Amino acid sequence: MERMAGMVALLLAAFPAAAQPSPARRAELVELIRHDCGACHGLTLKGGLGPPLEPAALAEKDAEQLSFVILHGRRGTPMPPWRGHLTDSEAQWIAEALKQGLPK
Amino acid sequence: MKRLILTALAALSLLSCSTSGLRGTGDLGVVVERAAGRILLVETTQRTALGRVDGLGDLSHASVVFSRDARHAYVFGRDGGLTKIDLLSARIERRIIQSGNAIGGAISQDGRLVAAANYTPGGIRIFDAGTLELLSEVPTGAKVVGIADAPGNRFVFSLFEAGAIWIVDASQPRNPQVTKLEKIGKQPYDGFVTPDGRHYIAGLYGEDGLALVDLWHPERGARRVLQGYGRGEEPLPVFKMPHLRGWAAAGRYLFLPAVGRHEVLVLDRVDWTEAARIPLRGQPVFAVAQPGGRRVWVNFALPDNDRVQVIDVDAMKVVKELRPGRAVLHMEFTPRGEQAWISSRDDDAVAVYDTASYAELTRLPADKPSGIFLTSRAGMTGF
Repeated sequence: MERMAGMVALLLAAFPAAAQPSPARRAELVELIRHDCGACHGLTLKGGLGPPLEPAALAEKDAEQLSFVILHGRRGTPMPPWRGHLTDSEAQWIAEALKQGLPK
Repeated sequence: MKRLILTALAALSLLSCSTSGLRGTGDLGVVVERAAGRILLVETTQRTALGRVDGLGDLSHASVVFSRDARHAYVFGRDGGLTKIDLLSARIERRIIQSGNAIGGAISQDGRLVAAANYTPGGIRIFDAGTLELLSEVPTGAKVVGIADAPGNRFVFSLFEAGAIWIVDASQPRNPQVTKLEKIGKQPYDGFVTPDGRHYIAGLYGEDGLALVDLWHPERGARRVLQGYGRGEEPLPVFKMPHLRGWAAAGRYLFLPAVGRHEVLVLDRVDWTEAARIPLRGQPVFAVAQPGGRRVWVNFALPDNDRVQVIDVDAMKVVKELRPGRAVLHMEFTPRGEQAWISSRDDDAVAVYDTASYAELTRLPADKPSGIFLTSRAGMTGF
């Protein structure tokens, strides 16, 4: 057991980005954010039927919270659960990307 | 003056299909290239692109209405931009930023007023259609959705958070009169006026049903139709909100996307009861009746957004499935319905179909196309 834990730790150290989406997938996710999230939050994420998702608007929220909302949606609002379309690590990456501001 | 006329003529001949230098606008239209902040000017006779007009700002969820002579397009951008474009010269005639965050607009029955619907600050603003001078505003304190024009130079819209429908009589445009209908239902997300101009219907996100207003008798208030269509079942996730407009009408029926169900609901306009429900492959976004009302074409939210299903109104079932491209965002028919124009955002194309044979007639390149708006809307109430 200890040995296995050691191996896992090794693996994690060897592939620190294993949980991170690949560059190609990241590009897809940016498109998804702009166009599919953008359908409600605005193409530039300034907000629409959904609230703004610009870094300033998200400053008070932590990435875990945001990634939870992305995966599970918000009851009582039109925000749908994106699990099934996104993995946990992809949702986490999106949450962090939104907080930092999208590339480009 | 002479120079102006010469310039105008040069511009006209640029767009003309004939050698006379003159052309009509009845077969023109615009395709929104939303990421580029640009519109593509198209014509549906030869099915070609005629040019582009740039510099329109943030066009996510952009919508377009036309002047009553179908010469000018008014483009409402998400960033509050309102742009008046001359279709014949393919040039911006006027452009203003009228709010911080807008969702759409409408043009009045007499064509003299353009109303923009805003999220921030919530409300509508009424402009002179000729000059874009601000004439008045109606603050709402809530997000405005589903604005449409109605007879009597009225604008009708819903308030998302407030669950209300407001009817604004703008026959005195500097002094609009507001009729407020409260408690019409939870979270109206869009609304439309029927093609005859008599009824306004708001789709509800927060409950299963729609709100119906008889615009001949607004004093009677709104009533619920198709109430409880979800039958208490857990709604499926909605990855894109449906869109409502007068295209729902096919003869005596209205074809309305269900929210959170993979169905189109068919509402009988005679007795306002459910006539049918038609199972579909995904969450419908647009359900658009072909002119003549024989068929209704439906597109979908993720993950089925590469498909279009066609419903036969006589049989009340899906009779055809098309794959026009990835991320189908919008469909628009030519005025008499012989062609369907369909935008595919992720294939950067507008596909044109023959509606009789379902054959693809052509495919025009377009940069991330979203809405397609043909000038036949100029003569239609509620568009």
